[in-house]
Amino acid sequence: MNLTVSASPHIRGKDTTRRLMLDVVIALLPALIAGVLVHGIRAAAVAAVCVCAALLGEWLFRLAARQHCTIPDGSAAVTGLLLAMTLPASAPYWLAALGGLFAAIVVKGLCGGLGQNAFNPALGARAFLMLLFPVYLTRFPALGAQLPLFGLDAADVVTGATPLHHMQMPALPDVSLADAFLGRMGGCIGETSALALLIGGAYLVLRKVISIRIPAAYLGAVAVLTLVFAKGDAPLAWMLYSLLSGGVLLGAIFMATDYATSPVGPAAQLVYGAGCGVLTVLLRYFGLFPEGVTYAILVMNAAAWLLDRYIVPRRFGTGKEAA
Amino acid sequence: MKSLFFGGVHPEGGKSLSAASIPAAMPLPARVSILLRQHIGEPCKPLVSVGDTVRMGQKIGDGQGLCVPVHASVSGVVEAIEDRPHPGGGLCPAVIIKNDFLDTPDSALRPHPDSSGLTPDEIVSIIREAGIVGMGGAAFPSHVKAEPAADGIDTLIANACECEPYLTADDALLQTGPDDVLRGLALLARVLRPQRVVIAIEDNKEQAAKILRERLAQFPDMELRILPTRYPQGAEKQLIQAVTGRQVPPGGLPRDVGCTVFNAATAAAVCHAVYDGAPLIERIVTVTGKAVRAPKNLIVRVGTSFADVIAAAGGLTDDVWKVLSGGPMMGAAQSDLSVPTAKGVNGVLCLSAAENGESSHPACIRCGKCLEVCPMRLEPLYLYRYAKANNLAALERLHLTDCIECGCCAYACPGKVPLVEGFRAGKRALKGAKAK
Repeated sequence: MNLTVSASPHIRGKDTTRRLMLDVVIALLPALIAGVLVHGIRAAAVAAVCVCAALLGEWLFRLAARQHCTIPDGSAAVTGLLLAMTLPASAPYWLAALGGLFAAIVVKGLCGGLGQNAFNPALGARAFLMLLFPVYLTRFPALGAQLPLFGLDAADVVTGATPLHHMQMPALPDVSLADAFLGRMGGCIGETSALALLIGGAYLVLRKVISIRIPAAYLGAVAVLTLVFAKGDAPLAWMLYSLLSGGVLLGAIFMATDYATSPVGPAAQLVYGAGCGVLTVLLRYFGLFPEGVTYAILVMNAAAWLLDRYIVPRRFGTGKEAA
Repeated sequence: MKSLFFGGVHPEGGKSLSAASIPAAMPLPARVSILLRQHIGEPCKPLVSVGDTVRMGQKIGDGQGLCVPVHASVSGVVEAIEDRPHPGGGLCPAVIIKNDFLDTPDSALRPHPDSSGLTPDEIVSIIREAGIVGMGGAAFPSHVKAEPAADGIDTLIANACECEPYLTADDALLQTGPDDVLRGLALLARVLRPQRVVIAIEDNKEQAAKILRERLAQFPDMELRILPTRYPQGAEKQLIQAVTGRQVPPGGLPRDVGCTVFNAATAAAVCHAVYDGAPLIERIVTVTGKAVRAPKNLIVRVGTSFADVIAAAGGLTDDVWKVLSGGPMMGAAQSDLSVPTAKGVNGVLCLSAAENGESSHPACIRCGKCLEVCPMRLEPLYLYRYAKANNLAALERLHLTDCIECGCCAYACPGKVPLVEGFRAGKRALKGAKAK
């Protein structure tokens, strides 16, 4: 008889990394489906390329590093899918593949791998692509165009077709709030339908995959700032369009909540979320590009560990409840 | 119902395996090994020599300082005094008694059928002489806890939570001997003179709670608190928080917030010691798990080997993975089944290979679930990281020593990181650095 001796606890809960990652994929499906409905089947193909490239990158990196294969934990697939959400459906396949590889190998693997990377791999890859190939990330499918899998027509792709471009002028977008909420507007694959993103977010919160703290603080900060510093004479509409257009919801629900790159302390999470929101608005108002979500979150990523270091939970027995 | 303490988890119960089992006395073993350290504190020195004849209940070891005597749990002959494995780990000297199966009783401890003449000091003295220690697992000397505090105790809590999965020993005790628990508690209340006496139980023990409620008609000064089931409700600091809302300060004791907690089985042992003159030589042990053939509650003589206890429950199955002293969350894994039952052993848990949830590649994904479940409001993922890095300054800053090792963090961890193992190493390193 061979009895195992190891430390307590001797039983483990049902949660696994793989299950959590699967939940994130499930939560992203409504937004992906919305992207396909709005932009055509090519959106799904771009997502597939991103996921395959991220998986390939992960596999290659682990192979080269002579470490066990981490494909089964699902995190690489999530990275690929998240990256796809930030790309226009018109993005060339090679660009999607390059982004997936860069995310998995450089932003994740080389920076420590699962749970250790300082920057969100999907956003890091997007920032990289934005730097090298901005043209592909600032042109979007024309509204109503159903992109084919191959052979994009010049008429299918336009520059400056998103509500955010209007808001940069500044002017209220030419889509109705209802359309913006449902997703009938220009934008990246995963950021068009607020409804789909909120469904996914609700799923993650209910399944306790994420806490509501970061998204709530993020969206709250954006809402307050855009209401107080609204451009034009309809502050409420300005605020709502600010929340519904661009990547704020995608960023607040799926990107800023990335485990590895956000703080874990409850109070630190609130500060972090609010910081993302403030930076997003600042970058949108004063930055070169209409959108600021990517860089706002990347900057806060860098501060995540610092926030955890200085904003710590109150020690048990030191509050007013102690004798 | 909302949890009344921070964090916590809901581990799979496993209690149904043995829950219906009325404790029965197991067949007497041929030998018992009475460990000379069955409590937190100084070990006993043996009071007998090899070849001596001993009676059941005879005091065979005692010592100075923070020490609780041990007693022969059977009558017979001292065969050897030598090291035996300790259920808490390591080796410990033990008195090995060959059983003569006569159970010839010793009469050093007199019964007091009418306890009304006893002074508080006399009751405390009986608690010590009867060898009573905390029976919920920690085995802290009970007479020390029963000493009246300088600033007074306003709340005396009987811990009947038994929040560890699988274990039903306290549940069985409450169903079969509720009066013993309540009478023992009344004796402790006479010593400590609290304003409140609270029996705390979790809402998953409906039958025991029902019986207690009925019996409490005879004890009008006591109240029953039924708490929403959540692990680690039965941990001392958490139970005090759940019952009174108070938090024991870091490094402090329950009496710093006016509380004292006794396990229900400990209270019953006090009852037996005072009224029956019976030292603590037997206790209810839950023998359970998917790797034991007939899970049940047994009345086990202290010093009975785990092998004998397991045999009395039908023996192990072939797919046994671990044998634990205690429950699955805080119990200690055993390598040698000759290990004797100590007074603090409330369960012998035999887990099967199918229950192995450990991972060959644990990895923290920083999901933060460990923080959410930590009842001490610590940051387990950072503690683990700094323990691994042997960063003692960071371990102090993050209050590693506050950790009660309840295991909630490791249980909840999706990356299956062995957090508690890391904390123990970190605590050892901190202790080592202090000693220098």
